Amino acid sequence: MTGLLVVEQMLNGLQLGVMLFLVAAGLTLVFGIMNLVNLAHGSLYMIGAYFGVAFLAWTGSFAASVALALLATLVVGMLVEVIAVRTLYERDHLDQVLATFGLILFFNELVAIVWGRAALFASVPPALGGFVELLPGLRYPVYRAVIILVGLAVALLLYVVVSRTRIGMLIRAGASNRTMVAALGVNVRLLYTVVFGFGAALAGLGGLMAGPIYTVQPGMGEELLIEVLVVIVIGGIGSIRGALVGAVVVGMVDTLGRAFLKPMLATVVSPTAADSAGPALASMLIYVFMAAVLYFRPQGLFPAVRSR
Amino acid sequence: MRTIRSAIVLALVAALLVVQARAAEPVKIGFITSLSGPAGIIGKHMKDSVELALDHLGRKVGGLDTEIIYGDDQRKPDVGKQLADEMLKKHRVNFVSGVIWSNVMLAVAPTVTGAGTIMVGTNAGPHELAGKMCHELYFTTSWQNDQTPEAMGKYMQDQGLTDVYAMAPNYAAGKDMISGFKRYFKGKVVAEVYTKLGQQDYQAEITQLRAANPKVVFVFYPGDMGIQFLKQYAQAGLREQIPLYSVYTVDEISIPAVGDAALGNLETRYWSPDLKNEANARYVGDFKKKFGYTPTFYGAQSYDGIMLIDSAVRAVKGDLSNKKGMVAAMRKADFKSTRGRFTYNHNHHPIQNFYLLRSVKGAGGEIEMQIQKTVFENHKDAYHQDCPMKW
Repeated sequence: MTGLLVVEQMLNGLQLGVMLFLVAAGLTLVFGIMNLVNLAHGSLYMIGAYFGVAFLAWTGSFAASVALALLATLVVGMLVEVIAVRTLYERDHLDQVLATFGLILFFNELVAIVWGRAALFASVPPALGGFVELLPGLRYPVYRAVIILVGLAVALLLYVVVSRTRIGMLIRAGASNRTMVAALGVNVRLLYTVVFGFGAALAGLGGLMAGPIYTVQPGMGEELLIEVLVVIVIGGIGSIRGALVGAVVVGMVDTLGRAFLKPMLATVVSPTAADSAGPALASMLIYVFMAAVLYFRPQGLFPAVRSR
Repeated sequence: MRTIRSAIVLALVAALLVVQARAAEPVKIGFITSLSGPAGIIGKHMKDSVELALDHLGRKVGGLDTEIIYGDDQRKPDVGKQLADEMLKKHRVNFVSGVIWSNVMLAVAPTVTGAGTIMVGTNAGPHELAGKMCHELYFTTSWQNDQTPEAMGKYMQDQGLTDVYAMAPNYAAGKDMISGFKRYFKGKVVAEVYTKLGQQDYQAEITQLRAANPKVVFVFYPGDMGIQFLKQYAQAGLREQIPLYSVYTVDEISIPAVGDAALGNLETRYWSPDLKNEANARYVGDFKKKFGYTPTFYGAQSYDGIMLIDSAVRAVKGDLSNKKGMVAAMRKADFKSTRGRFTYNHNHHPIQNFYLLRSVKGAGGEIEMQIQKTVFENHKDAYHQDCPMKW
C-alpha cells in the first residue's frame, strides 16, 4: 500500500463528498429556513439528471445542456413549492414526510412514463474524458476532478451568497425569525419559493453531473437521499457549513472504509473473519459514525443558530 | 304462502351463488418482483414476459380464468415476505412466482411452501434452496446461482487464465457466484471484494483494483449495479488494460445504457435471445413486437414459469386442490421452454446447458449477445446431493 493510493482514495472520497454536498445544501437550507422535511429532494436530483440527458440529446452541446437543465430544474423546484410544498409549512413533520414521500412516488412514475423505465445512456462529454496527472504516478479521471472543482466552487459561491449578499441576509433572517422578517415588509412567500427553487437547482446540478458516471434511471435519487440525510444530521440541520463538512466527512469515511477497512482488519483478526466482517462493517461505517456524532453532539457538528 | 315463496327465492339465490362461485373459480398467481426503484427495470422485463405468456395462453392458465396479483418487493426481504403473506392469506393464491433477489427468495420461499402453496421461482437460485432447504413445493425455472459462474470459471480455466480479481455485491447470491466460480476455476484468485448491494459508485474499489494490478477481473453485478460498474470500469481506462469477464452483468438491460463500454465482453448463460428453438423464436419475436425492446433471461425465465404452472394445472384438469398431481406434473417439465427441452433434477432445479456469449455489433448496428459455444451440457448444480428429497 503506497501513499499515492491513499491520496487517490482521498480524492475519491472528496468527489463523493462534494456530490453529497450539492444535494445536502438544498435540503439543509429548506429544513433550516422553512422547517420542512423534504424527502422528495432526491427526486429533484433525478430530474436534473434526466434533464441533462434530454437537453444534451436536443442541443448536442454539453455546456448548453447543463445551463438548460439547471434552469429547468429550478423551474420544476419552484413549481413544486408553489403547488405542493407551500401547504405543508404549517403542518407537523409527519405530514411533511408523508406528502413528500408521495412526491417521490409521483416523480418516479412520471419519469418512467416520459422516458421509460430502462436506464438512459449518458456518457462523459469527450472534452472531459481521459485522465489528468495530478502527481507523478497519480492519474485521475478528468471528469471526476471537474466534479470536485465544481463542488468546491459551488460551496464557495454559497458561502459568499449567504454571508455577503442581501438575499443571503434575508435567508439568514428568515431562518432565525420568520415573523419579524415578514413584519419588516419582506415577501417571505417569495423568498421561500426562491430558496426552494435554488435548492432544487443545486440538487439538479448534482444529478446532471452524476448522470455520466452513475445510472440515469427512475429511483436514482433514493439511494443518495439516505446518505444525504446522514450528512445533514452529522453536519447540523440547517447549516450550509455543516453540510459541507458533513458531506466531505461522510464521503471520506465511506470511501476509505470501503478501501482500507478489510486489509486493516486482517492485521488484527484472521483474514477469513476480516473477509466476512470487512464489507459489512464498511457499508455501515457512516451510520456508526452518525451515531457517534449524535451521542457526543446531538445537534450536529455545526448547528445553525435559530430562535423560534 | 309468503314464507314458501321467500324460501324458494332464497334457495334459488343460494344455488345461483354456489354455481357462480364454482364457475368463476379462477387460478390465482401471485407474482413478486422489484417494480420500483433502480431494480424496477428487471421487474418490468419479468412482468411484460408474464403478460406475453398469458397472451400466448389466451389469458387462461391451464384452461382456467386467470388472475395475476403483482407485488413489488423493492429489493427488500422483509417486504417480499409481507407480500407473500398477503397473497397467501388475503388473495388466497394457488401459486406464488417470480422473485429476483436471493435474499428476498430466502424469506419468501419458506413462507409460501410452509403454507402448503406451490412456489415457482423465476430468477433467484440461492444454494440453500437447492440443497438442505429443498422442498417438494418449491420449483425454479431459472438456475442455481453457482451454475452460471461455474461455466465462466470452467471457460477461464480452459483458457489458462490466472491472477483473477473477483467482485460481487455482498448478499446471498454474490457469495454463491464467487464460490461457483472458484469451483471450476483453479488458477490464483488475487482478491475477493464484496460491495454493498445497490451501490452506485465503485471508484474506491476500482482504485484498489488498479493498485492490485491483476491479470483478469471477474464480476457479478446484476441490473443497475452492472450499468454503473461497466461505465466506471471503462472510464477508469481499465477496459483496455485488464480484461473483464462477468456473469449477469452484460445483458439486454445494461447494454443500451452503457453502449460501447460493454462491446466484446464475454458472459456465460443458460439462455440467449439467439438460442435456436421454436418456443424461443416465438417468445423473442412476439416480445419485440408487443413491447418494442429485446427481452432478457429474466423475462425468458418468467415466461417459462407461467408455462410450467400452465402444464401443471392442465395435468390435473384444473383441480387446483390436487397439489400432489401438480407437483408430479411439474417434475416432468412438460412444456415448451424458451431454453429448449430440459429436465428437473430431484431437487427441482433444472439440468440444463450453459453457453458462452459475446456482445457483438449486430446487423442493425446495435450491440447484442450472441452464443459462441456450449460450455456445459446438461449441467447439474453442486448442491443437489444435500437435498434429501427423492422421487
